[in-house]
Amino acid sequence: MEHFLNPRNVGEIKDADGVGEVGNPVCGDIMRIEIKVVENRIEDVKFRTFGCGAAIATSSMVTEMVKGKTLEEAMKVTNKAVAEALDGLPAPKMHCSNLAADALHRAIEDYMHKEASRGQA
Amino acid sequence: MRQVYMDHSATTPVDPEVFEAMVPYLTDRFGNPSSIYSAGRAARQGMEKAREQVASLLNASPDEIIFTSGGTEADNQAIIGYATANRHKGNHIITSAIEHHAVYDTCKYLSRNGFEVTFLPVDGNGVVEPETLKAVLKPTTLLVSIMHANNEVGTIEPIKELATITHEAGAAFHCDAVQTVGRIPVDVVDLGVDMLSASSHKLYGPKGTGCLYLKKGIKVESYLHGGGQERKHRPGTENIPGIVGFGKAAELAQARVDETGKRLRELGGRLAQGLLNAIPHSRLTGHPVNRIPGHVSLCFEFVEGESILLMLDQAGVMASSGSACTSGSLEPSHVLLALGLPHEIAHGSLRLTLGKGNSDEDVDYVLNTLPGIVERLRQMSPLYMKAGER
Repeated sequence: MEHFLNPRNVGEIKDADGVGEVGNPVCGDIMRIEIKVVENRIEDVKFRTFGCGAAIATSSMVTEMVKGKTLEEAMKVTNKAVAEALDGLPAPKMHCSNLAADALHRAIEDYMHKEASRGQA
Repeated sequence: MRQVYMDHSATTPVDPEVFEAMVPYLTDRFGNPSSIYSAGRAARQGMEKAREQVASLLNASPDEIIFTSGGTEADNQAIIGYATANRHKGNHIITSAIEHHAVYDTCKYLSRNGFEVTFLPVDGNGVVEPETLKAVLKPTTLLVSIMHANNEVGTIEPIKELATITHEAGAAFHCDAVQTVGRIPVDVVDLGVDMLSASSHKLYGPKGTGCLYLKKGIKVESYLHGGGQERKHRPGTENIPGIVGFGKAAELAQARVDETGKRLRELGGRLAQGLLNAIPHSRLTGHPVNRIPGHVSLCFEFVEGESILLMLDQAGVMASSGSACTSGSLEPSHVLLALGLPHEIAHGSLRLTLGKGNSDEDVDYVLNTLPGIVERLRQMSPLYMKAGER
């Protein structure tokens, strides 16, 4: 409830290094996570979420959990771990919570992809 | 903190006068109404008085009222009971795409058990158009069941016309009036219905009680089996305190319906208009004029309904939504989708339903609170960002 009422890290990052978006408006949940990476660490992370209370809370929680972590550490954060950090979610809400870590992982993959193509150039 | 209850379509608080009327039937007059000694007779008297009170509210005869455990049971009893008792007349049932689940799912149940069911579409305001009904009636049509007013969007249906068309085609008409009884005048003779369902807890009566109006001559077969209560229509020892409370609530509703309706229509109109003016990208759902007094249903783009409800609750405001998260599935409400609203907009629905306890100050409070909540959620929403409305 605290992470829903006072969500951390709402917004976006100017010149983000990686952007991940999951969900669609039809199913009712969309999460967008943006990251800034410095020396393989997540220097900054922001989110915007369209969805229910649990979706907003999990988004907020995942940003708290990975800020300052290495990319490898952040990739290991699971949806389950996010839900546990929030002291659990009601069963029907596990669908929503599935999105937060996925969005983060996409943002990291997006960053890695950009890095790889930069290396080739 | 101020507490503002604006979910009267979900349930209403028991009126103190109703509570007072019930108490003796929980204590001294505890008898079983089927017993012949004095405690039993006292209970029966209480029940029969309630039957008169409810019949009077509906302009029915007392022997046309069957008490049930609530609106859901009355709907099931009417639809299943009529279909099974009159199967020889046909196997086609017509209902609408926006019925409450008590009717919608009951018709689905019958469609899995040998009946053919047509779900009528509605127009953008949620109205079942008589012409639409006329087009699907056929010689095998047995029963038509259309709600008096929709619980989610408040639209009042043209029941009188729909019932007339149904009768011309030789079928029977059932009306789920759970949302209207006590809120607007409901006259079964004027409406021309054969069966009508009502629920006590929507009109300041206790939960666990409702009734089915069954017009004289209409045959239904009970799917419950047991004792001979309610003229064999509803076996089981009657919920006497509940029934007595329902009766008192009906009496009070009859005396107050016009005055309260007028006041709630004004309050609701002010609330709806105020919110639409204060919140961009918002719209009223349901019919703009023909709606339940005090029923305000809206959709806000770019935000999700459950988030709004949780934040409103933190501000002391109790309301409801037809979003997926509140419907217990991943789909938003079937009603909002039937009105043609896209999924992403249906997810942002909010319903505020006013009742006799609400004041001008309550409306002001919501007008001062809700726009900020929607704005705050929009600031978090990637859809809002994309729409370039930052």
